[in-house]
Amino acid sequence: MTKRNPEYDFKWCPGCGDFGVKRAIELTIAARTTEMDIPFENNVIVAGIGCSGNLVHLTDGPQPFGFHGIHGRTLPVAFGIKSGNPDLEVMVVAGDGDFLSIGAEHIGPAAQRNLNVTCVIMDNGVYGLTKGQSSPTTQFGVVTSTTPGGKIEGEVKPFQYYLSLGASFVASAFSSKPREMAQMIREGMDYPGFSIVHVQSPCTTYNDNYDVLRGNAKKGIDPLTYDVPESHDPTDFREALRIAQDPGIPLGVLYAADNPEPLDERYASLNSRLRSRDVDQMIESFAIQ
Amino acid sequence: MAATRDFVIRFAGEGGQGMVTASEALAAAAAQVGYHVMTFVTFPSQIMGGPTWSQCRISVTPALSNGDTLDVLVAFNEEAYEVHKEELRDGGILVYDSAVFEVPEEDKGSMNIVALPYEELGKSTGNPRAANMVILGAVAQFVTWPEQYLEDFNVKRFTRGRPNDAEVVAANSMGLGLGRDAARESGFSLGELAAPDPPDYEQIIIKGNESFGLGALAAGLNFFVGYPISPATSILVFMEQNLRGEGTFVYQASSEIESISTIVGAGFVGKKAMTSTAGPGFSLMSEGLGMAWMMEIPCVVIDVQRGGPATGLPTKSEQSDLYMAMHPAHGDSQLPVIAPGTIEECFYAAMHALNWAERYQGPVIVLSEHMLSERVQNIRKPDPSLVEVEARQVYTGTNGYKRYEGDTVTPMPLPGGPGAYVANASEHDTIGDTTHLPVHHVRGTERRFGKLKLLEDTPYETRNTDNDVVIMPWGGSKGPAHEAYEKMMENGVPVGWYYTMFISPLNPKLLDELREKKLVLVPELNYLGQLSSILRQHGVNAKSITQYTGLPFKVADLVERVTAEVEAMAGSKVGV
Repeated sequence: MTKRNPEYDFKWCPGCGDFGVKRAIELTIAARTTEMDIPFENNVIVAGIGCSGNLVHLTDGPQPFGFHGIHGRTLPVAFGIKSGNPDLEVMVVAGDGDFLSIGAEHIGPAAQRNLNVTCVIMDNGVYGLTKGQSSPTTQFGVVTSTTPGGKIEGEVKPFQYYLSLGASFVASAFSSKPREMAQMIREGMDYPGFSIVHVQSPCTTYNDNYDVLRGNAKKGIDPLTYDVPESHDPTDFREALRIAQDPGIPLGVLYAADNPEPLDERYASLNSRLRSRDVDQMIESFAIQ
Repeated sequence: MAATRDFVIRFAGEGGQGMVTASEALAAAAAQVGYHVMTFVTFPSQIMGGPTWSQCRISVTPALSNGDTLDVLVAFNEEAYEVHKEELRDGGILVYDSAVFEVPEEDKGSMNIVALPYEELGKSTGNPRAANMVILGAVAQFVTWPEQYLEDFNVKRFTRGRPNDAEVVAANSMGLGLGRDAARESGFSLGELAAPDPPDYEQIIIKGNESFGLGALAAGLNFFVGYPISPATSILVFMEQNLRGEGTFVYQASSEIESISTIVGAGFVGKKAMTSTAGPGFSLMSEGLGMAWMMEIPCVVIDVQRGGPATGLPTKSEQSDLYMAMHPAHGDSQLPVIAPGTIEECFYAAMHALNWAERYQGPVIVLSEHMLSERVQNIRKPDPSLVEVEARQVYTGTNGYKRYEGDTVTPMPLPGGPGAYVANASEHDTIGDTTHLPVHHVRGTERRFGKLKLLEDTPYETRNTDNDVVIMPWGGSKGPAHEAYEKMMENGVPVGWYYTMFISPLNPKLLDELREKKLVLVPELNYLGQLSSILRQHGVNAKSITQYTGLPFKVADLVERVTAEVEAMAGSKVGV
């Protein structure tokens, strides 16, 4: 890709969690592409609308193909891309608003199909680009510009939500732990099915919850995040659901279903079984006789 | 008495009673012996029940409309009788199931009535489904058809390689005989339908939606997703059954919002992608269509129009989505629109639409209507070789490419190949980066509109263009307008004819010609007069002849209304 234009005016705020996510994605794609001998141009990043979606314009190093479409529709677009060319390595990047509010209707179908794409969701618990409105993951009671008296609806619990919708691979990461995050993104990309790596990626301007997430002893704040115990068997759905329901934010791979068959493989085997005719034969089948 | 050249029969009753099957069977039988046929179906939006009727027109010459008045009405229940009896012509024949209801005494003197307990007679043959055969036997007798027409049809249709074929055929044959006997006994006759005059070209018998499907496949369609919606569902079903083979993909989407975004994604990676929908689903596709326009990604949407806004009239005919087809999305855009007028044109419209999408790299809309999509008709066998299949320019150079440079179409990089870029729905510069600078918005807007010039050189029909007043129907109203036009020619009404299925962009040469006319009359099934207002924007003195009943035009109405306009313009009576 050509060097980007100097007047491009988008910037993330200093300290934004999305910087860490971008770095993890760049490193993972570069390493995976080299190790697995994948042509770099086979990588496609489909971006949502919001601060996180701009990641697709900001990556350094070799450039993948990008698709920066409309709000909430990353998964349908990724469905078209992956089904149109199953050889491509398709990643979705979106925020909590794009993925869990306007785009939430698409998670279930993608999960049931086991669409073979990897979603990296940057959750900052707020609509940042539009300057600080309540999002699905904004906690109950929090004051934002659209909840001046405090939010009076409950927050979406992403892990319970993904698991109940049937996602095959669900992992939880934190932008302040880029190495672990990169590892989970890699596992998600290698996983043959619908994978979600949900990242806590704080907004330093509208929802700076770094202290809450990682704790601050000086301020007497216990960390909300903790590592998923090494003993956890990620193929155990009930145990994954139990962890998802526990208080706090577990970090690690919660669930990775055993032996998934991704949509593209299922479709290819179906398509090879069904009758195929050329157009002339089809026209002939309507002949008057 | 001269033989009749044309014959219209309507079956009216409750959904699920086999009315559609009856008219399609009659059409198939007539087409087999060389008549021209056209069916028309209208039913409420429910699986079973509700007032439903279907109609079959059989003609010695190609049928252009479904026919204004009825030669035969078959009433399956009393409500159907009451609703439809007025449309039976003088001297027409009413057939009703006398085991179900009785025609009121006071009506009995005013029409030719045949009490035919066809359900019971059908059952007496041993095949409970032979009731339709009883009806068809009677109908054929009214027009003095050789018995062999339906007997041959019965053998061909029901010899299906099943163990009970012979019994079914025999029972059906008995049913046909019972119908014929009853018709003979009644003493009523519609005279003799002239012998068929089979065309010298090969034919197929097909629905509009199937014709779209064949055309799309002929143009190389290899990706289709769709969501069920009346009256477009049969395109999705056709694709599930026929879009197969290496490199193809067909899938039922979870919504129309998903459909549009998915085909844009597929277009981005190089597929020839399409979806089909009807009004409500088309509304949901607004934003996605704007995205395809902005990103310059080929894709095709067929919108089978229904009636009214919101849920409206799901299974009726209207042409009220033209504005929306051209301008579905917010912001400056104008989408290419092709609106075929006949089932034969449906085939080529789909081919051209896919070609256009590839050529100008953007979304293309095909407009249809219920009456066009769901009727059955015999047509000239489509010839895919008449339209050259096009493929988009693909970028094959090295990286460092400016995908959006210049003021017209540029080769498109495809993922997996060189020239990686960001397809961007935000305003962008030449490499696809977001920018809000005026210079780029001006350049981008002009580039996107400029590409429409690649689609302007399109054919159009003209007849008797030296007249001051011309009619220019669009879409499915072409059929009734064409028939009305022929009538007006017979009547000596001085009126000319223009027609094109390429509605957006309109050929500038066509517009030049139309601007020379004193009056361009546009028969169209909507309240606003959509095409005429678009023509007026182009400086054409156009006026609509509107109808918004949910039903197609009647030929006689069009003759009357157009003739009145011509007389008003001339200041005196015209014609004979």
